[in-house]
Amino acid sequence: MASVCPYGAFTHAIVRGIPESFGKPAEGGEAIETDMARAQRQFGVLMGALRQKVGLQLMEIPADAEFPESWRIEDVAVIQGDTALITRPFKEQRRAEAEALRQVLSELNMNVVEMGVEEGGSGGATLEGSDVLFTGKEFFVGISKHTNHRGAEVLADTFRDFAVSTVPVCGGSRLKNICSMGGPETIIFSNSEGAKKTLRMMEQLTDNHYDVLSVPETVAANCVYVRSPAKVDFLLHPTVDECPDSIAVFQKLPDYTLLPTACSEASKLGGALSSFCLLINRKFNYF
Amino acid sequence: MTTEGGSEAEVKKEPEKSPEEQQEEQQSDPSESAPNAGTEPQPAPDNQENVEAEPAEAEPASPDPTSTPSPSGQKKEKGISRFLPPWLKRQKSHSQAEPKDSPAPSDTPTQPPTQEEVGTGQEEEGTRGEGTAVQSPGATQEVESREEEPEEEAVKAENSVIGTETQPVKEEKEGDLEEEVQQQEEQKGEEQADSAGVSPLKVGKKMKLVVCHVTLLDGSQFPCEVEKRAKGQYLFSKVCEHLNLLEKDYFGLSFKDNADQKCWLDPTKEIKRQIRNSQWQFAFNVKFYPPDPSQLMEDITRYLLCLQLRQDISSGRLPCSFVTHALLGSYTLQAELGDHDPDEHRLDYISDFQFAPTQTKELEVKVAELHKSHKGMTPAQADIQFLENAKKLSMYGVDLHHAKDSEGVDIMLGVCANGLLIYKDRLRINRFAWPKILKISYKRCNFYIKIRPGEAEQFESTVGFKLPNHRAAKRVWKVCVEHHTFFRLTSPEQPAKSKFLTLGSKFRYSGRTQAQTRQASALIHRPPPYFQRTSSKRSSRSLDGAPAVSVSDHAHLLDSAHTLGAGDNGRDSALELSSDSKSPQVEEGAEPGEGAASAVPAEPALERKLRVQGENIYVRHSNLMLEDLDKTQEEVLKHQASISELKRSFMEAAPEPRANQWDKRLTGSPATSLRQLAQGSLEEELASLFLSKACFSVLADARSTAASPPESALSAVSEKSPTRLESALSDSRDLSKSTEDEQSSGLNGQLEVVEVVEETVVIEEVIKAARSKNSISEGPAADATATERAPEAKDERSASSDSESEEEAEYHPQLSVSTDSAHLIREDPEEEEQEVELNRDTTPTNQEQHPIREDVTAEPASAAVQREEQTVAQQHEEEESGDKVLVIPDKAPNGHSHDRETPPTLCTEEEEPCVVNGDTSHVDGERAPQVICCSEPPVVKTEMVTISDTFAAQKTEITTKEVPIVHTETKTITYEAAQQDGNGDGEPGVLMTAHTITSESLCTTTTTHITKTLKGGLSETRIEKRIVITGDSDIDHDEALAQAIKEAKEQHPDMSVTRVVVHKETELADEDE
Repeated sequence: MASVCPYGAFTHAIVRGIPESFGKPAEGGEAIETDMARAQRQFGVLMGALRQKVGLQLMEIPADAEFPESWRIEDVAVIQGDTALITRPFKEQRRAEAEALRQVLSELNMNVVEMGVEEGGSGGATLEGSDVLFTGKEFFVGISKHTNHRGAEVLADTFRDFAVSTVPVCGGSRLKNICSMGGPETIIFSNSEGAKKTLRMMEQLTDNHYDVLSVPETVAANCVYVRSPAKVDFLLHPTVDECPDSIAVFQKLPDYTLLPTACSEASKLGGALSSFCLLINRKFNYF
Repeated sequence: MTTEGGSEAEVKKEPEKSPEEQQEEQQSDPSESAPNAGTEPQPAPDNQENVEAEPAEAEPASPDPTSTPSPSGQKKEKGISRFLPPWLKRQKSHSQAEPKDSPAPSDTPTQPPTQEEVGTGQEEEGTRGEGTAVQSPGATQEVESREEEPEEEAVKAENSVIGTETQPVKEEKEGDLEEEVQQQEEQKGEEQADSAGVSPLKVGKKMKLVVCHVTLLDGSQFPCEVEKRAKGQYLFSKVCEHLNLLEKDYFGLSFKDNADQKCWLDPTKEIKRQIRNSQWQFAFNVKFYPPDPSQLMEDITRYLLCLQLRQDISSGRLPCSFVTHALLGSYTLQAELGDHDPDEHRLDYISDFQFAPTQTKELEVKVAELHKSHKGMTPAQADIQFLENAKKLSMYGVDLHHAKDSEGVDIMLGVCANGLLIYKDRLRINRFAWPKILKISYKRCNFYIKIRPGEAEQFESTVGFKLPNHRAAKRVWKVCVEHHTFFRLTSPEQPAKSKFLTLGSKFRYSGRTQAQTRQASALIHRPPPYFQRTSSKRSSRSLDGAPAVSVSDHAHLLDSAHTLGAGDNGRDSALELSSDSKSPQVEEGAEPGEGAASAVPAEPALERKLRVQGENIYVRHSNLMLEDLDKTQEEVLKHQASISELKRSFMEAAPEPRANQWDKRLTGSPATSLRQLAQGSLEEELASLFLSKACFSVLADARSTAASPPESALSAVSEKSPTRLESALSDSRDLSKSTEDEQSSGLNGQLEVVEVVEETVVIEEVIKAARSKNSISEGPAADATATERAPEAKDERSASSDSESEEEAEYHPQLSVSTDSAHLIREDPEEEEQEVELNRDTTPTNQEQHPIREDVTAEPASAAVQREEQTVAQQHEEEESGDKVLVIPDKAPNGHSHDRETPPTLCTEEEEPCVVNGDTSHVDGERAPQVICCSEPPVVKTEMVTISDTFAAQKTEITTKEVPIVHTETKTITYEAAQQDGNGDGEPGVLMTAHTITSESLCTTTTTHITKTLKGGLSETRIEKRIVITGDSDIDHDEALAQAIKEAKEQHPDMSVTRVVVHKETELADEDE
């Protein structure tokens, strides 16, 4: 497959700034106390790591106070190869967040597929990117309160080259809360009971082999792995403060450049490192 | 069939594997581990001889095969052999004999026995002109006469070899195989003759002819006249012949049934019966999509696969993304049109092709753009690229069937090389890898799979699906059976012998497995056939006036060199391999869990039974099945660091499980195949029943005598004093021994050796051979099970195909039955543990065995200990008995003292019995107390650790890569009536009579051995029954065993059962992930 190349070779990242409304519930629910300034600092550190350390081209979409959750840009699109699927988030008001993203994607010459356009839109399909784990070889879609089967079907229909398996999300509210990629064939998994259940399901469903890096803290299960153009393995992971016990695990990864990156404020809102960015490989080749 | 050497080698290898690695393997891919096992290229010095010997053996058995040559097959052969120098031809014939023959019924018509090939090749001049259908009788005769030569050679070889102890065995086995094959062919021949359908000579004369229309992959029609009662195979081979296709096992003919459903034409059955009232209209299709097309030997095969995939893609069966459509399309253009020519190729040239179900202009532009970038790529290379990309598609090779789950939700069942996939819409919602599946069955419109329990679960579960109708259910079932067999087994499973009350289809896939076909295609060494690449899938608009684009394969000349080279390599290895169709992949089928699962129920059943009888029983338990040893084994791992490293490197080297391993296998050393052959059966149960009748007042004495044989059977060999063993006895002994030997061999590769040592080498040979052919070396009496079993099974198979009922059927994917499973060496997790100690030598090859034996002889006592393949190990054990092995007192010292000691009692204590198998230990627990109460001899629980492997360490020649990763479980349970025992006997007793009766029924083979012994003025009649239950892991065993015991008792009401030995062998496959 043209698009099949080892996971992690990204060239671009799309991020979206922290809005002033950060932490405010989208729908008048209970506000969670967060430190906006800190969140912005953390976001800045993340951007710096991606740009300076990892060397990605960063495209930042300005924050929009109208969308308190717009910083979770991961949710609004699933990108693989040159195809971007604009998702249909569970929350109605989040669906407009993608508008700004579309422009960026078209600048990147991405083939943009709208989930809303698919019949899934009317069919009640919902999907958020934080429930999608792409391993480079296949997709796992976590069925959660944010993502339903219809959404997964649309995704499967969009990325036809790949097997798309659905798994229940246990031990977290979103799939990416309990697992993330830690290398081309490595999945970082929380070792909570629920996560293990999800892991077992994944193992049953896959034809491929993955190494599983099991971390004691759930928060540590969400990392961002990028293999830079210079062939260096970078892993952005939560800091010691956030996951004291898991650092040692990360250090076991051979020849990795570890980039501790705080995201404590995002964590309060159920976000994680990966929530902040959409990773893109614009240099995929066909052969 | 395997040589002992092979099997042993296998065993030895096993230990190397560290648990970790196993885990890794499992994770990485279920299939991966399995294929590896077979791969070792271990040079087997004997192979050559064996190979030569085969024809000789075969010949006497049945001369027939030659007389019913199938025209098509011969023609092909000619094609190949034409290009060979004569000496090559002969060699080839030898090597090919097995692969060709073994494929069994389906192939027979197409594949003339190898011997013929030689003749054919040489005779080719004469026959060539004859056209496809008819072979001149003269030619046939010629062929036969030609055969003589090799045969004679073979005989010589045999003779020369016979001197060596082990050799005869091998020959026997192989001969055995040959015989089976021959028998099959004979049968076939008869059938054919009867129906006249396939008989080439008759075609066109008496029989009514029908014209079949076969749609080929390039869309063309191939009309083919067949006799009305011809079988599917005939038509298929005609088509393959027309296509000049040799690697045909991946393909099949399909037709639409009345309901317009696509069905596969069963090669073994009459066409007419299958199509019923439908048209004689067929399509030539890919049936088994090779997971790694680059492994295919010939470009033409790949080309046909490409055509099929293009069809699949353009029809939408194989979904792919825009990018992939474009890429694949561009390769298609490159293959069919050659380099992009800006002058000639304007944009509209592309419109003649259909690359996608819905083809947009955008796609065409993209295709053209990519096409330009392929400049310089040959058609063959373009095809390879096409396949490399297509194979990664998630739906590649997935055969979809509509179904509903238990809740009535619409789903799709996808059958593929790795297992069964469950889709809901496009989403994969579940997946059952073959190793996970214990049984596949259907009943009416329901399709069931029985799932092996997971780590945490206790019981296996059954998942049911509802198909639209019973035919659909059957179709899915068949496809599953076929895919499982093709991709996961080394050789096709024999249909189970009729069991009690077995209803339903006995359908089994009878063609070659992928392993076999790869082996066979390694033998292909013809210049790449010339073929035209016609533009395959055109959109309908191309029909009118579209230029017939055809690109002759320019690549082929270039490639030919390469191909030839490959062919040569392949051939060499193949030659040495006794290319037995059965060999390569035994490992795959093996399932760890299964043995355990099935074992559990069996034991209780047995016990119950025995208990009911009111007899005192004590159980001596040796348990080889260890499922979850990983933790403990890690320690072992450390010791084996180097080994594991090697393995690891191997694993890394072979990321893609199947293909790579196969590669290796193909190129592997000759030894590999032999070894693999040995593993024929994945699972086997042996049960021995010993009935002893005491005619005298002194029960004790009688008892002892009676007991002795069984003892020998078990580890207790040592107990038998050599002196006491008389040659006369040896017969009977052999029987019992053979049983036990097998057991022991299964347990620890070299047990047999040990036992033998005490007596005579000859016996040992016999024993080894026993399974397959006792008769030859041993004498008529001894033989039995294996030999008979195999042929019969085959017979049944042919017969059975017709008998299948539409209503229901079962298939136990796990087990592959092979005749001599006994010799299979199992790798147990435990082995590894011991390995550290034992590692010394496992003799993979026969030669090595000798030293071992000697060692053994040196210390008979240790022999009893058993089961250690390595003498050294044994010694260790004795010394260390405290920790690992508890040696029962009797065992060691008394090599000669008979009883007194309860032989069975001696036990090896394994480290973590409980952990290993809950069931076993559980059984022990129950029993043990009883035993202690009733019988004087203290019973020690034994866990025998089999160390089969070891091989790696010692064998430098063996490449690590080839180390097979086979896990095997072996379990031996002995139930012995508590004896008043004591018997004392130092007295040997005189053997009065001994004879053996063999009978078969059900799924069991019963060998009854009756020995009368005169001892101390008392005569004792001892009846030993050896019951070999082959096949499924499930409950059947228990039933069969219980039944057997019951029958035995009924038959000899005046006798008592003194011992029941259950030996169970299961080959473990890695669970995937």
